[in-house]
Amino acid sequence: MNRQMPRKADGISDNQRIFLKAHRRHHHVVALSRLLLTAAFLLLWELAARLQWIDAFFFSSPCGIAAYLYHMIADGSFFTHTGITLAEILVSFLLVTVFSLFAASLLWYIPHLAEVLEPYLVILNSLPKSALAPLLIVWLGTGTDTIIVAGISVAVFGSVINLYTGFCQADPEMLKLIYTLGGSRRDAFLKVIFPGSVPLILSNMKVNIGLSLVGVIIGEFLAARRGLGYLIIYGSQVFQLNMMITSIIILCVIAMLFYKLIQNLEHYYRKKY
Amino acid sequence: MELLSLHDISYAYHNLKGETPALSHISFSVSQGEFLAIVGPSGCGKSTLLSMIAGLLLPEEGDLFYKGKYITDCGTGAVMKVGYMLQRDHLFEWRTIYRNVILGLELNHSLTGENLDYVSKLLKDYDLYAFKDKKPSELSGGMRQRAALIRTMAIHPDLFLLDEPFSALDSQTRLNVSADIAQIIRSTDKTAILITHDLSEAITLADRVLVLSRRPARVKCEMPIRFAVDRSDPLRIRSTAEYQLYFNQLWEVLTNEQADAPKG
Repeated sequence: MNRQMPRKADGISDNQRIFLKAHRRHHHVVALSRLLLTAAFLLLWELAARLQWIDAFFFSSPCGIAAYLYHMIADGSFFTHTGITLAEILVSFLLVTVFSLFAASLLWYIPHLAEVLEPYLVILNSLPKSALAPLLIVWLGTGTDTIIVAGISVAVFGSVINLYTGFCQADPEMLKLIYTLGGSRRDAFLKVIFPGSVPLILSNMKVNIGLSLVGVIIGEFLAARRGLGYLIIYGSQVFQLNMMITSIIILCVIAMLFYKLIQNLEHYYRKKY
Repeated sequence: MELLSLHDISYAYHNLKGETPALSHISFSVSQGEFLAIVGPSGCGKSTLLSMIAGLLLPEEGDLFYKGKYITDCGTGAVMKVGYMLQRDHLFEWRTIYRNVILGLELNHSLTGENLDYVSKLLKDYDLYAFKDKKPSELSGGMRQRAALIRTMAIHPDLFLLDEPFSALDSQTRLNVSADIAQIIRSTDKTAILITHDLSEAITLADRVLVLSRRPARVKCEMPIRFAVDRSDPLRIRSTAEYQLYFNQLWEVLTNEQADAPKG
């Protein structure tokens, strides 16, 4: 028997309403589970430190970290160090994004150039980038330039290779369509390759933000007098575990915020296109 | 009047493993306003032939002529507008239907008021105007194929090259859309070359059918198609005695071609 489900004034059937309620409940349960997991971890850590199951001098404690964070905010060092690291990450990330897009487009546009440069790119990408940092200090000295270049060096080669590979995987029939309509290779890039690669570019940006952060911290370990990387390395030298772990937590929050920002950009793009 | 003619055309693909001949000494011509269908076994080189006519490939041997003028080196694109419809509609998901159908105009730098009015008229004529701001994924297969046709027609092509443009459609939609598109092309007195695997489609749509041999493709036979009834109704055509006759003749040619193929 075919049963017609009643609909309310808003046009949503009862079955759809039940589905939406279950969907919302599922999301709330997931969010609550995440929150509880974090709270349980922090509670266990604090208890372990207070009951001396672990040595608070080496492992710190959530309350110690919170107190140190409050102290950092009060004396303004939080804003100085976080601001510097944030600026270095942003500059590295933006330069990586712009340069890798330009380089990958050029490689696609001139296949002969791509053929010549391919082995160099593969070697540069597989090189351990932390090995480059001391060399950068010799070339550029200690300071922001070195840190930004270190941030770029970690992400840029992989980013160029990923984007170029993605560009080459465009549907050849779509390119054929452009040529049959009287378009040029430049048109093929602007009308098919680039707009068709926006999801790839966005997912590449998500990877790059993490890699830029890693590169900047490596740079700050070796060539900085300010910044979160500097605080981590300084804290390890003077056994200030609160300073180290607070800096690491701030870095985690920065990474998460950047990731969320690009994820929102991705959602906006998917919704629009 | 003879619009396009091919004389003794040959072409082969080359790679490090060797040479794969695709076309071998192909000669035929197409008249102004004619609808020519080309059929042949899978992979025989039909699409290669169409790419060559479109000017995307240059023949290794042989010559192409446009109204008697030698065009082998420059391709048809240099002397006339060619409208190419591919196996899939290839509407870009990041563009609305309207922005998809004006793609050719954009590429040819001819986004004039007159051309845009023509596009709007085509959208209205083919019942797509209400969907012009939709994304391609929101349209049915038949509507998408009509949008692809409008994109092709917008540039006012002199020659339509149809590379199995209905193959991705379900059989009912295919029957209707192919008849619609053939009717549209005929009503504008345009010339068309259709590549298809489907003998029924070739017979119902074309004025002449060209049968190609297996790879490397040669012209196996040419068959003019004439019907006493109106061609706009594909189902009616398929029930006529002439249709059966043409089908059997073409079937026999293709079956003989298969039988002649080397085993293994």
